[in-house]
Amino acid sequence: MPLLTTKGLSRRFGGLRAVDGVDFSLMPGEIRAIIGPNGAGKTTFVSLLSGRIQPSSGMVVFDGADITNMPAYKRVRLGVAYTFQITSVFANLTAFDNVALPVQRTLTDGRTKGQVRTGVMEALERTGLADRAHTLAGQLSYGHQRLLEVAMGLALKPRLLILDEPTQGLADSEIDNFIALVREIARSATVLLIEHNMPVVMQLADRITVFNMGRILAEGTPEQIRADAQVQDAYLGATHG
Amino acid sequence: MRDASPAKVYALHIGVILALFALNFVLPDYHQGLFARIMALAVFAMGYNLLFGYGGLLSLGHAMFFSAGLYGAGLTVYHLGWGVPEAFLAGIACGALLALVIGLLALRTSGVAFMIVTMMFAQVFYLLILYFAAWTGGDQGLVIQQASRVVSIGGASFDLTDPTVRYMSALALFSVVLLITLAIVRSRFGRVLVAIRENEERTRMLGYDTTANKLIAVVASGATCAASGAAYALLFGYVGSNFASVQYSILPLLWVLLGGAATVLGPLVGTLFMYYVTDITSGFTSAYLLIVGIALILLVLFAPKGILGTIRQRWLGWLP
Repeated sequence: MPLLTTKGLSRRFGGLRAVDGVDFSLMPGEIRAIIGPNGAGKTTFVSLLSGRIQPSSGMVVFDGADITNMPAYKRVRLGVAYTFQITSVFANLTAFDNVALPVQRTLTDGRTKGQVRTGVMEALERTGLADRAHTLAGQLSYGHQRLLEVAMGLALKPRLLILDEPTQGLADSEIDNFIALVREIARSATVLLIEHNMPVVMQLADRITVFNMGRILAEGTPEQIRADAQVQDAYLGATHG
Repeated sequence: MRDASPAKVYALHIGVILALFALNFVLPDYHQGLFARIMALAVFAMGYNLLFGYGGLLSLGHAMFFSAGLYGAGLTVYHLGWGVPEAFLAGIACGALLALVIGLLALRTSGVAFMIVTMMFAQVFYLLILYFAAWTGGDQGLVIQQASRVVSIGGASFDLTDPTVRYMSALALFSVVLLITLAIVRSRFGRVLVAIRENEERTRMLGYDTTANKLIAVVASGATCAASGAAYALLFGYVGSNFASVQYSILPLLWVLLGGAATVLGPLVGTLFMYYVTDITSGFTSAYLLIVGIALILLVLFAPKGILGTIRQRWLGWLP
Protein backbone atom coordinates (compact mmCIF):
# COMPACT_ATOMS: atom_id res chain seq x y z
CA MET A 1 0.00 0.00 0.00
CA PRO A 2 1.37 3.44 -0.85
CA LEU A 3 2.41 5.68 2.05
CA LEU A 4 1.03 8.74 0.33
CA THR A 5 -1.33 9.28 -2.57
CA THR A 6 -2.97 12.31 -4.11
CA LYS A 7 -6.04 12.33 -6.33
CA GLY A 8 -6.77 15.19 -8.72
CA LEU A 9 -4.81 17.52 -6.46
CA SER A 10 -5.05 21.11 -7.72
CA ARG A 11 -4.16 24.56 -6.56
CA ARG A 12 -4.99 27.73 -8.43
CA PHE A 13 -3.53 31.15 -7.72
CA GLY A 14 -5.92 33.49 -9.53
CA GLY A 15 -5.83 32.31 -13.11
CA LEU A 16 -2.64 30.29 -12.68
CA ARG A 17 -3.03 26.54 -12.22
CA ALA A 18 0.12 26.02 -10.16
CA VAL A 19 -0.79 22.39 -9.52
CA ASP A 20 -3.30 20.92 -11.91
CA GLY A 21 -5.06 17.63 -11.20
CA VAL A 22 -2.08 15.66 -9.97
CA ASP A 23 -2.45 11.92 -9.23
CA PHE A 24 0.63 10.82 -7.37
CA SER A 25 1.65 7.93 -5.18
CA LEU A 26 4.67 7.17 -3.08
CA MET A 27 5.66 3.76 -1.71
CA PRO A 28 7.06 3.39 1.80
CA GLY A 29 10.83 3.35 1.99
CA GLU A 30 11.57 4.83 -1.42
CA ILE A 31 13.61 7.89 -2.26
CA ARG A 32 11.64 9.89 -4.76
CA ALA A 33 12.93 12.96 -6.53
CA ILE A 34 10.72 15.61 -8.06
CA ILE A 35 12.32 17.57 -10.86
CA GLY A 36 11.07 20.10 -13.34
CA PRO A 37 11.75 23.58 -14.68
CA ASN A 38 11.25 26.67 -12.52
CA GLY A 39 7.58 27.42 -12.02
CA ALA A 40 6.54 23.84 -12.72
CA GLY A 41 4.65 23.68 -9.41
CA LYS A 42 7.06 21.48 -7.46
CA THR A 43 7.18 23.57 -4.29
CA THR A 44 3.45 24.24 -4.43
CA PHE A 45 2.86 20.51 -4.75
CA VAL A 46 4.91 19.55 -1.70
CA SER A 47 3.38 22.47 0.21
CA LEU A 48 -0.01 20.89 -0.44
CA LEU A 49 1.33 17.62 0.93
CA SER A 50 2.69 19.23 4.07
CA GLY A 51 -0.39 21.37 4.59
CA ARG A 52 1.35 24.73 4.34
CA ILE A 53 -1.19 25.67 1.69
CA GLN A 54 -4.68 24.35 1.08
CA PRO A 55 -5.68 22.73 -2.22
CA SER A 56 -8.36 24.20 -4.46
CA SER A 57 -9.59 20.68 -5.14
CA GLY A 58 -8.51 17.07 -4.92
CA MET A 59 -7.40 14.99 -1.97
CA VAL A 60 -4.30 13.87 -0.08
CA VAL A 61 -4.19 10.46 1.61
CA PHE A 62 -1.40 9.58 4.04
CA ASP A 63 -1.12 6.02 5.34
CA GLY A 64 -4.73 5.30 4.44
CA ALA A 65 -6.20 8.40 6.09
CA ASP A 66 -7.59 11.41 4.27
CA ILE A 67 -5.51 14.37 5.48
CA THR A 68 -6.71 16.89 2.88
CA ASN A 69 -8.23 19.20 5.49
CA MET A 70 -5.83 18.47 8.32
CA PRO A 71 -3.83 21.47 9.59
CA ALA A 72 -0.09 21.36 8.92
CA TYR A 73 0.96 20.93 12.57
CA LYS A 74 -1.16 17.80 12.89
CA ARG A 75 0.34 16.32 9.72
CA VAL A 76 3.76 16.84 11.26
CA ARG A 77 2.64 14.85 14.29
CA LEU A 78 1.49 12.07 11.94
CA GLY A 79 4.99 11.96 10.53
CA VAL A 80 5.05 14.30 7.53
CA ALA A 81 8.09 16.54 7.99
CA TYR A 82 9.00 19.38 5.67
CA THR A 83 12.32 21.17 5.38
CA PHE A 84 12.26 24.55 3.77
CA GLN A 85 13.68 25.55 0.42
CA ILE A 86 14.92 28.82 1.84
CA THR A 87 16.91 28.00 4.95
CA SER A 88 14.71 28.96 7.85
CA VAL A 89 16.48 27.81 10.95
CA PHE A 90 15.91 29.98 14.00
CA ALA A 91 18.89 32.28 13.56
CA ASN A 92 18.80 33.73 17.07
CA LEU A 93 18.62 30.37 18.80
CA THR A 94 21.48 27.96 19.28
CA ALA A 95 21.74 24.86 17.12
CA PHE A 96 20.79 22.94 20.26
CA ASP A 97 17.57 24.88 20.77
CA ASN A 98 16.71 24.61 17.09
CA VAL A 99 16.78 20.82 17.33
CA ALA A 100 15.27 20.77 20.83
CA LEU A 101 12.03 22.14 19.40
CA PRO A 102 11.27 19.12 17.23
CA VAL A 103 12.71 16.72 19.82
CA GLN A 104 10.51 17.95 22.66
CA ARG A 105 7.55 17.79 20.30
CA THR A 106 8.09 14.08 19.76
CA LEU A 107 8.69 13.22 23.40
CA THR A 108 5.26 12.27 24.54
CA ASP A 109 6.29 10.37 27.62
CA GLY A 110 8.93 10.54 30.35
CA ARG A 111 9.41 14.24 29.90
CA THR A 112 12.77 14.84 31.49
CA LYS A 113 15.47 17.24 30.53
CA GLY A 114 17.97 14.51 29.86
CA GLN A 115 15.80 13.01 27.20
CA VAL A 116 15.55 16.21 25.22
CA ARG A 117 19.32 16.49 25.44
CA THR A 118 19.80 12.89 24.29
CA GLY A 119 17.49 13.31 21.31
CA VAL A 120 19.07 16.60 20.34
CA MET A 121 22.63 15.34 20.51
CA GLU A 122 21.71 12.25 18.51
CA ALA A 123 20.25 14.33 15.66
CA LEU A 124 23.22 16.71 15.78
CA GLU A 125 25.68 13.84 15.69
CA ARG A 126 23.99 12.23 12.71
CA THR A 127 24.37 15.48 10.80
CA GLY A 128 27.88 16.16 12.10
CA LEU A 129 26.93 19.29 14.04
CA ALA A 130 27.44 18.01 17.57
CA ASP A 131 30.45 20.24 18.27
CA ARG A 132 28.45 23.29 17.22
CA ALA A 133 25.48 22.65 19.52
CA HIS A 134 25.87 25.95 21.36
CA THR A 135 26.59 28.15 18.37
CA LEU A 136 23.79 30.48 17.33
CA ALA A 137 22.25 29.07 14.17
CA GLY A 138 22.66 32.42 12.41
CA GLN A 139 26.41 32.22 12.90
CA LEU A 140 26.75 28.80 11.26
CA SER A 141 28.02 28.60 7.69
CA TYR A 142 25.38 28.19 5.02
CA GLY A 143 26.19 24.52 4.52
CA HIS A 144 25.88 23.89 8.24
CA GLN A 145 22.57 25.72 8.34
CA ARG A 146 21.26 23.37 5.64
CA LEU A 147 22.47 20.43 7.71
CA LEU A 148 20.80 21.89 10.78
CA GLU A 149 17.60 22.12 8.80
CA VAL A 150 17.92 18.41 8.03
CA ALA A 151 18.71 17.67 11.69
CA MET A 152 15.48 19.40 12.66
CA GLY A 153 13.59 17.30 10.13
CA LEU A 154 15.27 14.14 11.42
CA ALA A 155 14.50 14.97 15.02
CA LEU A 156 10.80 14.94 14.17
CA LYS A 157 11.20 11.19 13.60
CA PRO A 158 9.33 11.49 10.31
CA ARG A 159 7.81 8.71 8.26
CA LEU A 160 7.91 10.97 5.24
CA LEU A 161 10.65 13.57 5.01
CA ILE A 162 10.12 16.21 2.34
CA LEU A 163 13.32 18.03 1.38
CA ASP A 164 12.89 21.11 -0.78
CA GLU A 165 16.11 21.72 -2.74
CA PRO A 166 18.37 20.52 0.07
CA THR A 167 21.67 20.86 -1.79
CA GLN A 168 21.08 24.38 -3.03
CA GLY A 169 24.11 26.47 -2.16
CA LEU A 170 26.20 23.56 -0.89
CA ALA A 171 29.82 23.08 -1.97
CA ASP A 172 30.69 19.89 -3.90
CA SER A 173 32.47 18.39 -0.91
CA GLU A 174 29.41 18.99 1.24
CA ILE A 175 27.14 17.40 -1.37
CA ASP A 176 28.88 14.02 -1.08
CA ASN A 177 28.29 13.96 2.66
CA PHE A 178 24.76 15.03 2.05
CA ILE A 179 24.04 12.14 -0.30
CA ALA A 180 25.34 9.72 2.32
CA LEU A 181 23.15 11.37 4.93
CA VAL A 182 19.98 11.08 2.83
CA ARG A 183 20.73 7.42 2.15
CA GLU A 184 21.00 6.84 5.86
CA ILE A 185 17.76 8.72 6.57
CA ALA A 186 16.01 6.61 3.93
CA ARG A 187 16.62 3.50 5.99
CA SER A 188 14.04 4.69 8.51
CA ALA A 189 11.87 7.07 6.47
CA THR A 190 10.47 7.67 3.04
CA VAL A 191 12.19 10.62 1.36
CA LEU A 192 10.64 12.99 -1.15
CA LEU A 193 13.04 15.57 -2.46
CA ILE A 194 12.84 18.42 -4.90
CA GLU A 195 16.25 18.78 -6.46
CA HIS A 196 17.83 20.66 -9.34
CA ASN A 197 21.24 19.06 -9.12
CA MET A 198 20.96 16.21 -11.66
CA PRO A 199 23.95 14.15 -10.49
CA VAL A 200 22.44 14.15 -6.98
CA VAL A 201 19.05 13.10 -8.32
CA MET A 202 20.52 10.34 -10.48
CA GLN A 203 22.56 8.97 -7.58
CA LEU A 204 19.90 9.12 -4.92
CA ALA A 205 16.48 8.59 -6.38
CA ASP A 206 14.78 5.23 -6.74
CA ARG A 207 12.20 6.91 -8.92
CA ILE A 208 11.83 10.35 -10.43
CA THR A 209 8.68 12.37 -11.05
CA VAL A 210 8.95 15.17 -13.59
CA PHE A 211 6.67 18.17 -13.23
CA ASN A 212 5.86 20.65 -15.97
CA MET A 213 3.18 23.34 -16.00
CA GLY A 214 1.60 22.00 -12.83
CA ARG A 215 1.19 18.45 -14.15
CA ILE A 216 3.19 15.26 -14.02
CA LEU A 217 5.00 14.99 -17.31
CA ALA A 218 6.73 11.67 -16.70
CA GLU A 219 7.58 9.25 -13.95
CA GLY A 220 10.03 6.38 -13.78
CA THR A 221 13.44 5.14 -12.77
CA PRO A 222 16.44 7.44 -13.37
CA GLU A 223 17.31 5.45 -16.53
CA GLN A 224 13.79 5.76 -17.92
CA ILE A 225 13.70 9.48 -17.23
CA ARG A 226 17.09 10.02 -18.78
CA ALA A 227 15.86 8.28 -21.93
CA ASP A 228 12.53 10.10 -22.12
CA ALA A 229 12.41 12.46 -25.09
CA GLN A 230 9.62 14.62 -23.66
CA VAL A 231 11.58 15.18 -20.46
CA GLN A 232 14.66 16.14 -22.41
CA ASP A 233 12.67 18.75 -24.30
CA ALA A 234 11.03 20.21 -21.24
CA TYR A 235 13.84 20.13 -18.81
CA LEU A 236 17.02 18.18 -19.21
CA GLY A 237 17.74 19.60 -22.64
CA ALA A 238 17.45 23.09 -21.29
CA THR A 239 19.96 22.61 -18.50
CA HIS A 240 22.39 20.30 -20.17
CA GLY A 241 22.39 22.34 -23.39
CA MET B 1 20.02 31.06 26.94
CA ARG B 2 23.51 30.03 25.98
CA ASP B 3 24.82 27.23 28.14
CA ALA B 4 24.14 28.83 31.51
CA SER B 5 24.35 26.73 34.61
CA PRO B 6 20.93 26.83 36.27
CA ALA B 7 22.57 27.49 39.63
CA LYS B 8 24.08 30.76 38.42
CA VAL B 9 20.78 31.90 36.92
CA TYR B 10 18.76 31.14 40.04
CA ALA B 11 21.42 32.65 42.30
CA LEU B 12 21.19 35.93 40.39
CA HIS B 13 17.41 36.15 40.60
CA ILE B 14 17.19 35.12 44.23
CA GLY B 15 19.97 37.62 44.92
CA VAL B 16 17.85 40.38 43.40
CA ILE B 17 14.91 39.36 45.58
CA LEU B 18 17.10 39.37 48.70
CA ALA B 19 18.49 42.78 47.79
CA LEU B 20 14.98 44.16 47.45
CA PHE B 21 14.13 42.61 50.82
CA ALA B 22 17.11 44.31 52.44
CA LEU B 23 16.26 47.65 50.84
CA ASN B 24 13.08 47.77 52.91
CA PHE B 25 15.17 48.41 56.01
CA VAL B 26 17.47 50.92 54.40
CA LEU B 27 15.29 53.07 52.19
CA PRO B 28 13.86 56.37 53.49
CA ASP B 29 10.05 56.45 53.78
CA TYR B 30 9.46 58.16 50.48
CA HIS B 31 11.60 55.75 48.50
CA GLN B 32 10.19 52.77 50.34
CA GLY B 33 6.74 53.78 49.08
CA LEU B 34 8.04 54.39 45.58
CA PHE B 35 9.74 50.99 45.50
CA ALA B 36 6.54 49.23 46.59
CA ARG B 37 4.75 50.90 43.70
CA ILE B 38 7.56 50.03 41.28
CA MET B 39 7.56 46.37 42.31
CA ALA B 40 3.78 46.12 41.89
CA LEU B 41 4.01 47.74 38.45
CA ALA B 42 7.04 45.66 37.47
CA VAL B 43 4.69 42.69 37.71
CA PHE B 44 2.56 44.44 35.08
CA ALA B 45 5.66 44.84 32.94
CA MET B 46 6.67 41.19 33.46
CA GLY B 47 3.24 40.07 32.29
CA TYR B 48 3.59 42.28 29.25
CA ASN B 49 7.10 41.02 28.59
CA LEU B 50 5.92 37.41 28.53
CA LEU B 51 3.70 38.13 25.54
CA PHE B 52 5.70 40.85 23.83
CA GLY B 53 9.30 40.01 24.66
CA TYR B 54 9.14 36.24 24.45
CA GLY B 55 6.06 35.62 22.31
CA GLY B 56 6.67 38.55 19.97
CA LEU B 57 3.06 39.73 20.13
CA LEU B 58 2.82 43.50 20.44
CA SER B 59 -0.39 44.40 22.25
CA LEU B 60 -1.49 47.98 22.69
CA GLY B 61 -4.33 47.06 24.99
CA HIS B 62 -2.79 45.67 28.13
CA ALA B 63 -4.33 48.43 30.23
CA MET B 64 -7.53 46.39 30.05
CA PHE B 65 -5.91 43.38 31.74
CA PHE B 66 -4.31 45.55 34.41
CA SER B 67 -7.59 47.31 35.08
CA ALA B 68 -9.56 44.04 34.95
CA GLY B 69 -7.46 43.04 37.95
CA LEU B 70 -7.74 46.50 39.49
CA TYR B 71 -11.53 46.58 39.24
CA GLY B 72 -11.98 42.86 39.82
CA ALA B 73 -10.32 43.28 43.20
CA GLY B 74 -11.49 46.82 43.94
CA LEU B 75 -15.18 46.37 43.18
CA THR B 76 -15.54 43.09 45.05
CA VAL B 77 -14.07 44.73 48.14
CA TYR B 78 -16.02 47.96 47.72
CA HIS B 79 -19.44 46.59 46.80
CA LEU B 80 -19.44 43.03 48.11
CA GLY B 81 -17.24 43.50 51.13
CA TRP B 82 -14.92 40.66 50.14
CA GLY B 83 -11.72 40.06 52.04
CA VAL B 84 -8.33 40.90 50.56
CA PRO B 85 -7.28 37.36 49.47
CA GLU B 86 -10.63 36.61 47.80
CA ALA B 87 -10.64 39.99 46.07
CA PHE B 88 -7.08 39.48 44.86
CA LEU B 89 -7.99 36.12 43.35
CA ALA B 90 -11.15 37.62 41.84
CA GLY B 91 -8.98 40.24 40.15
CA ILE B 92 -6.69 37.61 38.64
CA ALA B 93 -9.68 35.54 37.52
CA CYS B 94 -11.23 38.57 35.81
CA GLY B 95 -7.99 39.26 33.96
CA ALA B 96 -7.52 35.65 32.91
CA LEU B 97 -11.09 35.34 31.66
CA LEU B 98 -10.91 38.62 29.78
CA ALA B 99 -7.59 37.58 28.26
CA LEU B 100 -9.09 34.27 27.12
CA VAL B 101 -11.96 36.02 25.32
CA ILE B 102 -9.79 38.78 23.86
CA GLY B 103 -7.15 36.24 22.87
CA LEU B 104 -9.62 34.08 20.99
CA LEU B 105 -10.75 37.10 19.00
CA ALA B 106 -7.53 39.08 18.60
CA LEU B 107 -5.31 36.12 17.69
CA ARG B 108 -7.21 35.81 14.44
CA THR B 109 -5.01 38.75 13.46
CA SER B 110 -1.29 39.36 13.70
CA GLY B 111 1.21 42.19 13.45
CA VAL B 112 -0.23 45.68 13.06
CA ALA B 113 -3.81 44.36 13.01
CA PHE B 114 -3.20 42.70 16.38
CA MET B 115 -1.99 46.02 17.81
CA ILE B 116 -5.08 47.82 16.54
CA VAL B 117 -7.54 45.14 17.65
CA THR B 118 -6.11 44.98 21.18
CA MET B 119 -6.11 48.77 21.40
CA MET B 120 -9.74 48.92 20.30
CA PHE B 121 -10.80 46.33 22.85
CA ALA B 122 -8.97 48.27 25.55
CA GLN B 123 -10.81 51.44 24.53
CA VAL B 124 -14.13 49.59 24.74
CA PHE B 125 -13.14 48.41 28.22
CA TYR B 126 -12.21 51.97 29.23
CA LEU B 127 -15.50 53.37 27.95
CA LEU B 128 -17.45 50.63 29.71
CA ILE B 129 -15.85 51.66 32.99
CA LEU B 130 -17.00 55.23 32.39
CA TYR B 131 -20.44 54.12 31.23
CA PHE B 132 -21.07 52.08 34.36
CA ALA B 133 -20.05 54.96 36.59
CA ALA B 134 -22.72 54.02 39.14
CA TRP B 135 -20.63 50.99 40.09
CA THR B 136 -17.13 51.97 39.02
CA GLY B 137 -17.14 55.57 40.18
CA GLY B 138 -16.46 56.67 36.60
CA ASP B 139 -13.51 58.99 36.14
CA GLN B 140 -13.58 59.88 39.84
CA GLY B 141 -12.77 56.30 40.73
CA LEU B 142 -13.27 54.72 44.13
CA VAL B 143 -11.23 54.89 47.28
CA ILE B 144 -10.96 51.64 49.20
CA GLN B 145 -11.01 52.37 52.91
CA GLN B 146 -8.26 51.29 55.22
CA ALA B 147 -10.62 49.01 57.14
CA SER B 148 -11.21 46.92 54.02
CA ARG B 149 -7.50 46.47 53.44
CA VAL B 150 -6.60 44.47 56.51
CA VAL B 151 -5.75 40.80 56.05
CA SER B 152 -6.12 38.35 58.93
CA ILE B 153 -4.10 35.19 58.69
CA GLY B 154 -4.49 32.91 61.65
CA GLY B 155 -4.39 35.19 64.67
CA ALA B 156 -2.29 37.92 63.09
CA SER B 157 -3.66 40.78 61.06
CA PHE B 158 -1.76 42.74 58.46
CA ASP B 159 -2.71 46.27 57.53
CA LEU B 160 -1.84 46.85 53.87
CA THR B 161 -1.70 50.58 54.50
CA ASP B 162 1.30 50.09 56.73
CA PRO B 163 4.42 50.93 54.68
CA THR B 164 6.40 47.82 55.62
CA VAL B 165 3.48 45.44 55.14
CA ARG B 166 2.79 47.09 51.82
CA TYR B 167 6.42 46.85 50.74
CA MET B 168 6.65 43.19 51.74
CA SER B 169 3.36 42.33 50.04
CA ALA B 170 4.52 43.95 46.82
CA LEU B 171 7.85 42.15 47.13
CA ALA B 172 6.15 38.80 47.73
CA LEU B 173 4.03 39.18 44.59
CA PHE B 174 7.02 40.42 42.60
CA SER B 175 9.17 37.48 43.74
CA VAL B 176 6.57 34.87 42.92
CA VAL B 177 5.96 36.32 39.45
CA LEU B 178 9.69 36.71 38.80
CA LEU B 179 10.38 33.08 39.64
CA ILE B 180 7.37 31.87 37.66
CA THR B 181 8.50 33.92 34.66
CA LEU B 182 11.98 32.47 34.98
CA ALA B 183 10.57 28.94 35.11
CA ILE B 184 8.33 29.57 32.09
CA VAL B 185 11.15 31.06 30.06
CA ARG B 186 13.39 28.09 30.76
CA SER B 187 10.63 25.56 30.10
CA ARG B 188 9.70 23.81 26.88
CA PHE B 189 6.78 26.18 26.53
CA GLY B 190 9.19 29.12 26.76
CA ARG B 191 11.28 27.66 23.97
CA VAL B 192 8.20 27.27 21.77
CA LEU B 193 7.14 30.83 22.54
CA VAL B 194 10.50 32.20 21.42
CA ALA B 195 10.34 30.02 18.31
CA ILE B 196 6.94 31.50 17.45
CA ARG B 197 8.39 34.99 17.85
CA GLU B 198 11.32 34.16 15.59
CA ASN B 199 9.41 32.29 12.86
CA GLU B 200 5.84 31.22 13.38
CA GLU B 201 5.52 29.34 10.08
CA ARG B 202 8.60 27.28 10.84
CA THR B 203 7.33 26.50 14.33
CA ARG B 204 4.05 25.28 12.90
CA MET B 205 5.97 23.03 10.51
CA LEU B 206 7.67 21.46 13.51
CA GLY B 207 4.29 20.22 14.67
CA TYR B 208 3.25 22.99 17.05
CA ASP B 209 -0.25 24.42 17.22
CA THR B 210 1.03 27.98 17.31
CA THR B 211 -2.40 29.55 17.82
CA ALA B 212 -3.01 27.47 20.94
CA ASN B 213 0.44 28.34 22.29
CA LYS B 214 -0.14 32.02 21.65
CA LEU B 215 -3.50 31.82 23.40
CA ILE B 216 -1.86 30.31 26.47
CA ALA B 217 0.66 33.15 26.39
CA VAL B 218 -2.10 35.77 26.15
CA VAL B 219 -3.95 34.26 29.12
CA ALA B 220 -0.77 33.93 31.22
CA SER B 221 0.16 37.49 30.35
CA GLY B 222 -3.35 38.81 31.05
CA ALA B 223 -3.54 36.99 34.38
CA THR B 224 -0.13 38.33 35.45
CA CYS B 225 -1.05 41.90 34.52
CA ALA B 226 -4.33 41.46 36.38
CA ALA B 227 -2.42 40.27 39.46
CA SER B 228 -0.48 43.53 39.28
CA GLY B 229 -3.70 45.54 38.96
CA ALA B 230 -5.39 43.68 41.81
CA ALA B 231 -2.37 44.21 44.05
CA TYR B 232 -2.27 47.88 43.09
CA ALA B 233 -5.91 48.37 44.08
CA LEU B 234 -5.46 46.61 47.41
CA LEU B 235 -2.07 48.11 48.30
CA PHE B 236 -2.73 51.68 47.32
CA GLY B 237 -6.49 51.81 47.91
CA TYR B 238 -7.55 53.53 44.75
CA VAL B 239 -9.36 52.28 41.67
CA GLY B 240 -9.75 54.70 38.77
CA SER B 241 -10.50 54.77 35.08
CA ASN B 242 -7.20 56.44 34.16
CA PHE B 243 -5.55 53.04 34.75
CA ALA B 244 -7.60 51.72 31.85
CA SER B 245 -6.63 54.56 29.53
CA VAL B 246 -4.31 54.12 26.56
CA GLN B 247 -1.43 55.56 28.57
CA TYR B 248 -1.38 52.43 30.70
CA SER B 249 -1.17 50.28 27.59
CA ILE B 250 1.89 52.20 26.40
CA LEU B 251 3.70 52.32 29.75
CA PRO B 252 4.41 48.57 30.09
CA LEU B 253 5.70 48.57 26.53
CA LEU B 254 8.09 51.41 27.43
CA TRP B 255 9.23 49.76 30.65
CA VAL B 256 9.92 46.50 28.86
CA LEU B 257 11.75 48.15 25.96
CA LEU B 258 13.86 50.21 28.36
CA GLY B 259 14.78 47.31 30.61
CA GLY B 260 15.25 44.86 27.76
CA ALA B 261 12.55 42.84 26.03
CA ALA B 262 12.83 39.09 26.55
CA THR B 263 15.00 39.43 29.65
CA VAL B 264 13.53 38.19 32.92
CA LEU B 265 14.79 41.11 35.02
CA GLY B 266 14.34 43.73 32.30
CA PRO B 267 10.80 44.71 33.31
CA LEU B 268 11.99 45.57 36.84
CA VAL B 269 14.99 47.51 35.55
CA GLY B 270 12.85 49.41 33.04
CA THR B 271 10.15 50.30 35.53
CA LEU B 272 12.72 51.37 38.10
CA PHE B 273 14.65 53.45 35.59
CA MET B 274 11.58 55.21 34.21
CA TYR B 275 10.17 55.99 37.67
CA TYR B 276 13.43 57.41 38.96
CA VAL B 277 14.22 59.45 35.86
CA THR B 278 10.75 60.98 36.14
CA ASP B 279 11.11 61.44 39.89
CA ILE B 280 14.53 63.04 39.80
CA THR B 281 13.93 65.32 36.82
CA SER B 282 10.58 66.54 38.10
CA GLY B 283 12.47 67.81 41.14
CA PHE B 284 14.48 70.19 38.94
CA THR B 285 12.08 71.34 36.31
CA SER B 286 8.43 71.32 35.34
CA ALA B 287 9.55 70.26 31.85
CA TYR B 288 10.58 66.85 33.16
CA LEU B 289 8.74 65.01 30.43
CA LEU B 290 11.13 66.63 27.96
CA ILE B 291 14.07 65.10 29.81
CA VAL B 292 12.33 61.74 30.07
CA GLY B 293 11.80 61.93 26.32
CA ILE B 294 15.45 62.70 25.68
CA ALA B 295 16.51 59.82 27.93
CA LEU B 296 14.26 57.51 25.95
CA ILE B 297 15.64 58.68 22.62
CA LEU B 298 19.22 58.23 23.81
CA LEU B 299 18.44 54.72 24.96
CA VAL B 300 16.79 53.77 21.71
CA LEU B 301 19.74 55.21 19.76
CA PHE B 302 22.56 53.68 21.78
CA ALA B 303 20.97 50.61 23.38
CA PRO B 304 18.07 49.53 21.21
CA LYS B 305 17.85 46.21 23.04
CA GLY B 306 17.22 47.96 26.33
CA ILE B 307 19.47 48.08 29.37
CA LEU B 308 19.65 44.36 30.17
CA GLY B 309 19.31 43.37 26.52
CA THR B 310 22.49 45.30 25.76
CA ILE B 311 24.28 43.90 28.79
CA ARG B 312 23.34 40.38 27.67
CA GLN B 313 24.53 41.02 24.14
CA ARG B 314 27.86 42.50 25.17
CA TRP B 315 28.83 40.72 28.34
CA LEU B 316 26.45 38.24 29.88
CA GLY B 317 25.26 35.86 27.18
CA TRP B 318 23.80 33.49 29.76
CA LEU B 319 21.29 36.01 31.11
CA PRO B 320 17.77 34.55 30.70
